[in-house]
Order: sequence, then C-alpha cells, then structure tokens
Amino acid sequence: MLLLARQILKAGVCTEKAPEPNDAWHVGGERVQGEILRLLGRALTIRQVDAGSCNGCELEIHALNNPYYNLEGRGVRFVASPRHADMLLVTGPVAANMKIAVQRAYEATPDPKLVVAVGDCGCSGGIFGEGYASCGRVSNVIPVDVAVPGCPPPPLEILRGILSAVAVKRP
Amino acid sequence: MRMADAGLDYRPLAGALPAAVCVVDEAQWSAAAEGFAIAGARLVALWGSDRRDLGEGLVVFAAYAAVDGLACVRLRVAGDPPSYPDVSSRFPAASRMQRALADLLGIRALGAEDERPWLRHGAWPDEFLPLRRDADGTRRFDVEQERYEFVTVAGDGVHEIPVGPIHAGIIEPGHFRFSIVGEKVLRLEQRLGYVHKGIDKRFEGMAIGDAHRLAGRVSGDSTVAFAWAYAMAAESITGCEIPPRAAWLRALLLERERVANHLGDLGALGNDAALAFGLAQFSRLREQWLRANGEILGHRLLMDRVVPGGVAVDPDGGALDRLRRQYDDIEAEVRTLRAIYDEHAGLQDRFQTTGVVKPELAAQLGLTGLAGRASGQAGDLRVDLPCPPYDRLAVKRAGDTRGDVAARVALRFDEMLESLRLLREITKQLPAGDTRRSLQSAAEGFGVGWVEGWRGDVLVALEADGSGLVRRCHCHDPSWQNWPVLEHAVIGNIVPDFPLINKSFNLSYSGQDL
Repeated sequence: MLLLARQILKAGVCTEKAPEPNDAWHVGGERVQGEILRLLGRALTIRQVDAGSCNGCELEIHALNNPYYNLEGRGVRFVASPRHADMLLVTGPVAANMKIAVQRAYEATPDPKLVVAVGDCGCSGGIFGEGYASCGRVSNVIPVDVAVPGCPPPPLEILRGILSAVAVKRP
Repeated sequence: MRMADAGLDYRPLAGALPAAVCVVDEAQWSAAAEGFAIAGARLVALWGSDRRDLGEGLVVFAAYAAVDGLACVRLRVAGDPPSYPDVSSRFPAASRMQRALADLLGIRALGAEDERPWLRHGAWPDEFLPLRRDADGTRRFDVEQERYEFVTVAGDGVHEIPVGPIHAGIIEPGHFRFSIVGEKVLRLEQRLGYVHKGIDKRFEGMAIGDAHRLAGRVSGDSTVAFAWAYAMAAESITGCEIPPRAAWLRALLLERERVANHLGDLGALGNDAALAFGLAQFSRLREQWLRANGEILGHRLLMDRVVPGGVAVDPDGGALDRLRRQYDDIEAEVRTLRAIYDEHAGLQDRFQTTGVVKPELAAQLGLTGLAGRASGQAGDLRVDLPCPPYDRLAVKRAGDTRGDVAARVALRFDEMLESLRLLREITKQLPAGDTRRSLQSAAEGFGVGWVEGWRGDVLVALEADGSGLVRRCHCHDPSWQNWPVLEHAVIGNIVPDFPLINKSFNLSYSGQDL
C-alpha cells in the first residue's frame, strides 16, 4: 500500500504537466478542453463501435483515457450502450458482417445524435476498400457528421473530431 | 520431430527462416498430420489456394512447427465438391480454419465434425466463393441476417447470455454465447467473423513491394510482426538478403511493439480487477512509449516501418540515446509497479486460479504464444529458430505452468523486462550501413514468413505471380489457435470474471476474421 501511494505521488498529475512544454499536443489539448466546456457545459457520452477496423484506431481511442489526454476528466465518457450515448464513434470500413449491427446501434441511439467516423477506413474504406465483405466508408451505411482521417489518427486528432462534431450540431 | 522424420521429400525455401514445402497426396497428407500430432508438434496454420489456372487445381496447405523449421505440406484436392481429409480430429485448432476454408474457397474437410460456416454470415451467397480466382472480389451483395446454430445447454436453471457482436467497451466485435447456471459459466461458445473484410482477396493483384501495408493492418496491435513476416516471405521468393542493420532495426521495432502491448494489457488487467490505479499508471507509460515511437521512429504504432527489403527507419546516435534513456526510466517504473501488483492482495485474489488452462489441455488444443508459455508450452521462435539478429541476442525464454490469469500477467512482466534488455542490447550492437535493398519483384514462387509477435507466432504465406504482383497471400494470427482455448478457460468461472480472463489472453478479432 505504501508503495502504491508513493508511486501515485511520484507519478504526479501528468495531465497538467506534459513532458515537453512546447509539445503541439499540449497547447492544442488545453484549447480543446476549453472548447468542450464552452460548447457543452455538461457531459458528452460516446458509444464506440468497431465496424471492421484492424484495431489500430481502438488503441488510439483507448489512449484518450490515459492521464495525458484525460478525456473522462474533461467531461467526455464512453458508455456501454448506444441508448446512453450522444455520439457514436465508429471505426473501420463497415464489414458486411457488421452492417446490420451498425445500423441497429445507430437506430438505438437517441436523437439528436452525432456520428464521428474515425480513421482512413471510416473516411473512405481505406486500404480495405469496398468489396464482397466490406461496405467501405461508414457513411455508406449510416449518416456521418465528421470523419477524422489518419491511419490511425493520433488521440488528439480523434479528440478534435469529437469536438468538431459537437460544434457542427450546435445552433 | 524434425522435418526429415516425416519421410517426405521437402523442397527447402530460401530466406531467413528454416522452412520447406512438400507436395503430398491424400495418404501422405493424413500421415503427416498423424506423425506431427504423435510427435507433439503444433499445427501452425491451414489455408487454401486456387491454382486451377496453372493446371494445379485447388490446393490446401498445412504448416507444422517441426523442431528444425516450418514444414508446409501441400495437397491438391479432388472430387466434387472438392475435399481433403480432415485434420481437426488430430489438431482441434484446425476446425475453424477448415470451416473458413470451406466458406472462402469451397473446399470441404472430409470427416470434420463441425461444418457450420465460420466467416460467412449471410452477407454474401453460399455459392459465391471469394478466394476462387474467377470470383470478382468487388461484387456487392445484399446483407441478410443469418441464423446460426449455437450448441445449447439444457437443464434445470440453465440460461443463456448472448453478448455482442458490439461489446460494451472499446473492443473489437464478436459474439459470445454463455450458458450459465447462477453466475457460473457452464459453457461459452464464440462466434467470430464479424470483422471479416476480405483481406485475403484484397491481397490478390497488389504489388509485391506494396502489400506489406495491408499485412501490417491485419491486426493493428501486431503491425510490426505481420509486416516483418510478409517481408520475410517476399524476400524469400525474390532472393533478397536484407542489410544487417535492417535486421537489427526490425528486432528493435518488434520488441518495442511487444513492450507497448504488454504495457497496455497490464494496465487493462489491473483495471478489470478493479485496480484503476494500474490502468492510470501503465497507460501513462504506454503513452510515453508511443510518443517516443512517433517522434523517433515516425509512427506511434510503428505501422509501415518494416518494408520488403529492409526498414523505413534509420535512427541516428542521438535518437538511440533518447531511446536508451527511456528504457531505463520505463524499467524502473515497471519494476515498482510489479512489486505493487505482486503484493496487492485484492488483485492477486482475482488473478490467481482464475481462467486456468492446464498444460495438458494447452498441449492438446495447441495453445500458442504468450498464453501458451503461461501454460507450460515452451515455444518461442526467438529462442527456437532465431533468425538474425535473434541468433546473436540469446533471448531468455519466459515460462509458467500455472496457466491462470496470474501466470499470463507474470509472463507479460517477464517478457517486457527481457524485451527491455534486448532493446538495450540492440542499441548497443546495432551495426552501421544500409537499411534497405531493392526487391527483384518479378520473381515467381511461394514463400513464408514466421515471426514471434507479442501475442504469439504469426505466419504469412505468399504466392507471387512472376510479374511483380501478389497471387495469393494468407496471414495467420495465433488467435486462431487461442480463441477456442478461451472457451475452455472460462468453464466453471463466474461471469464477472470473463472480461478479466478474456483480457489476459487479449486475442485478435480482426487477425482471425481477416
């Protein structure tokens, strides 16, 4: 227990202390945090849906919850059901075997809802393209508000995408 | 068992890896399966290929792990519908591979117990066989919801919990059907294939020198392993010998990938056992690690760093110094965190005796890679068949026989610390020189690449058509072997321990769905 407490103290709060002060992320991150507070003033809940990705995008979405990006500390939370979600964060080309599940998740999400497609595959089908087993880009299957390119996009870009979608839908 | 013991006439394949291929008849096909099974050798992969346009018919391949290399046997299948003798009675892990082969190529395993579709879910018609050369992979079909016959468990108080395909977290999709009584799991049946996106078909016609990008996206967490295996296969076919510096840099990338995944998993495992502290700490270290990847090696997940003919990175002395300093920092923190995990009673209570796979069962089912080593299976290609530079690094094999979550956690700590040692050694011994040679891409033939990724051994089997294009490429992830074992690991455990057990294996969906 003593070790644990000591480790917590030693690690400190890295959310406010990025390793390199000139790091472009750090500056951006702070701005993004302000934007979320300004635009939302409340929590945003996200249901992540892997529609067929290689899992690379999921790794970077996971990273949003690490202490550096501290997404949850900034009022954005991942939830277990689309029924609890304001936004779907969809990765991958939509695999044909996932098409029905993706449509159902979309239908289950209460209005008004936002959809952010993450990664080159979500934007265009990416390297997997379209074919017998791939429906290609997410917008081929459900309406998409914002598409974030990158293979995979780094966490900050995903965060920007989430924010852009929120900003678009605000009157 | 050595390759020669099978009494078959193998043709050795060129390249960094001892491997050979042999064309067999049906009797030899079955005899090889029996021989390797009796000797306790592993089935590494089973796949098929359409070579009718070359007058060689439809063929099925099986690759076995012999003591002295990878033994591939190739059988021309006959009959209508075309079929070959089942090997799943000898190697249970073959069952799903055979089902996938039937879905994609229309080749049946004769005598197989389970012939339900595996990757075909109703999104394309039964008669469309995508991996036939004459099938147009760009065709689109209407998706229909197909009913799948799960095995049902009957009895007083037994009920089912269906989970997925979309899971309640940031995870890949798949369906789990639990049959439970009270909170105890009687049976788990997996249904995967949801993220099948036609990767094998997509490879057809790609340039040999470009397709490493697709191989590197079979499973995002193993991009270095797959890209290296692909490159190894391409270099085998084209007779390309990579510069020594490139081989060392590949090992640097592969060990960095291993450490990154172990850091992520150790945090998630702590979190799944309600120690959020673990996730916060390890995800912090993982982020530092990925940032160094991005800043020094050009990509956070190291995608497209391994290329056919070498590598696309060339860190200078200053960069290597930065990496070396990071090894020391991370190692100190990991050792502290290990001490915390080890002495945390609540955490150990969740880890120990949970999700046990005994060594006998692991051997019988062909459990491989990290999970295999936690259940008394010794295999580690870096030790058993070390290709350069591992032949100069004397990798220390990690192992455990407990086979529970605690063992799989301990393995990750052991292997991460060993990887950090290897990384220091690599930065010390890294030779100077070129990092890439050009590929004689017009070569024709068959080649394999086999690499010990963080999860286990990944295999890439490549056929080149002689005009610089991929004819057929099959990528095999160790998840094929390990998913079915997870069904056994959860029996008798309580439902709330499933996420923990599942995470301790951390298998790839995309890697097996292809």
